[in-house]
Amino acid sequence: MSTDTGVTRAEYCTVACAEVFRGDGEVMASAFGTAPALGARLARLTFAPDLVLTDGDAALVVGAPPLGAAPSDLVLESHMPYRKVFDVVWSGRRNLIMMASQIDRTGNQNISAIGDWSRPKAQLVGVRGAPGNTVNHSTSYWVPNHSTRSFVEQVDVVSGVGYQRAAAAGPSATRFHEIRHVVSNLGVFDFETPDKVMRLRSVHPRVTVDEVVEATGFELVIPSEVPDTRLPTPEELDLIRTVLDPRGLREREVKP
Amino acid sequence: MSDKRMTLDELVGELRSGMTIGIGGWGSRRKPMAAVRAILRSDLTDLTVVAYGGPDVGLLCSAGKVAKVVYGFVTLDSIPTDPHFKVARQTGAVEAMEVDEGMFYLGLFAASQRIPFLPTRSGLGSDVMRVNPSLRTVTSPYDDGEELVAMPALHLDAALVHVNRADAAGSGQILGPDPFFDELFLGAADRRFVTTERLVDTDRFASEGPIQTMCISRLLTDGVVETPGGAHFTACVPDYTRDEGFQKEYVAAAGDPGAWASFSDRFLEVDEAGYQAATTQAGVERDERRAAEKAVKAGNAAAGNEAAGKGASS
Repeated sequence: MSTDTGVTRAEYCTVACAEVFRGDGEVMASAFGTAPALGARLARLTFAPDLVLTDGDAALVVGAPPLGAAPSDLVLESHMPYRKVFDVVWSGRRNLIMMASQIDRTGNQNISAIGDWSRPKAQLVGVRGAPGNTVNHSTSYWVPNHSTRSFVEQVDVVSGVGYQRAAAAGPSATRFHEIRHVVSNLGVFDFETPDKVMRLRSVHPRVTVDEVVEATGFELVIPSEVPDTRLPTPEELDLIRTVLDPRGLREREVKP
Repeated sequence: MSDKRMTLDELVGELRSGMTIGIGGWGSRRKPMAAVRAILRSDLTDLTVVAYGGPDVGLLCSAGKVAKVVYGFVTLDSIPTDPHFKVARQTGAVEAMEVDEGMFYLGLFAASQRIPFLPTRSGLGSDVMRVNPSLRTVTSPYDDGEELVAMPALHLDAALVHVNRADAAGSGQILGPDPFFDELFLGAADRRFVTTERLVDTDRFASEGPIQTMCISRLLTDGVVETPGGAHFTACVPDYTRDEGFQKEYVAAAGDPGAWASFSDRFLEVDEAGYQAATTQAGVERDERRAAEKAVKAGNAAAGNEAAGKGASS
């Protein structure tokens, strides 16, 4: 179906990240990584016009500025220092795409450490806000290097909370918990299964289901028909290429 | 009004080994680095460091000053992790309390209000509860019956923050866009110290920025030290941005014992004035190197394909 070979893998990933924000009203979109940052902007300029974007520092901005825009070119609409970010997180008026060094079958994410936490093989950045984000508002993940090292049976340190762990922690943990999508360089995943385990939602064009299965360290739920990740519309492609990322930063993050 | 001015040495003289010390700023932004460097030169040891961690944490770990780190992350912003903190964790050299960064905020907030804990949803279901077995939950006394994390107060023996302007009485002004959690660090501490880019007369604040920038009241401070460039190499906007070139040098040196010894010798085994002079000189040298590399590249390009190929591979 999708035969437009002119669309790059990074552009599919961008559109898949934009889809994370579909249906969102006036919420703060936070996005880590290039494809998520582009995706949030694309959603804002198309099907989610009420989204509120940040300048990556301490403010909310008008519209959807291009990647790498000079601060002097931004029009600010509100002050959003870190302390106020927590007000937004805890109010739930936020939709977030974080990155994951590891992610597992039930949606746990790890950005803390590889190996045993008490004396890790590799100390990563730390849990950051992942524990709080995941039990307070919708969270999705972006993994630009899908492999059996990043998609693992069980993460080493549960930073972002997945479905089983939230359920085990009780109603206060599940009340606002939602892991919406996982977007990787190979496909899009969700947890829309009876037992809330990861399901292959779509494969990016030119990727096979077998490739996804092989690169995944646990058993994925594979529907009988796996659609392709949708093509960007001509308007979206134009926005990505000429308005939001004319320098092509997206192509540095994802191998073609 | 009492005069709270002091020197870096006097500030460090008020600290003791074994203390729990909170450090303001965030990641590699507006860190009280001059005070951190003064601690590096002191014989203080066995510290518990509480921070939205950046190179402050890494440097203190590298010098063996730290028994325990309380953090939600340690990052250099433009470089994801701090190399010394990584080593300290991976070799088990420091004890760690790693919590969600919102829990961290509430811990400081609770301490500043003199209450034992604050309830939060954050942390539930995550390994923060597993790796910190002392954390407890609390059940709402109201009809909802929600079970929440009881984030304990993060009480500090001392707090260090760095601001753009301050007066002799210890009021501080933050001119950058984000005051971070500096007010809460000060509020959570018994002894509170502010370092500042510039000491000014109080009546000068109004011409530097609007009332919202005068966010550290003297109710929260015991001592103030003028340390121009005192946040270097972290960002201290609008006075200066992060010194990315120097930060890269710091990270590169940390990866090699020999390189670290000469880095330390040149930049850390000197007093604050020596540090400022040495880093300025290092910036000049970096600029010269970059200019020389550019000239070589341009020369290669002009010399044709064959020579350019050799240049690129060397």
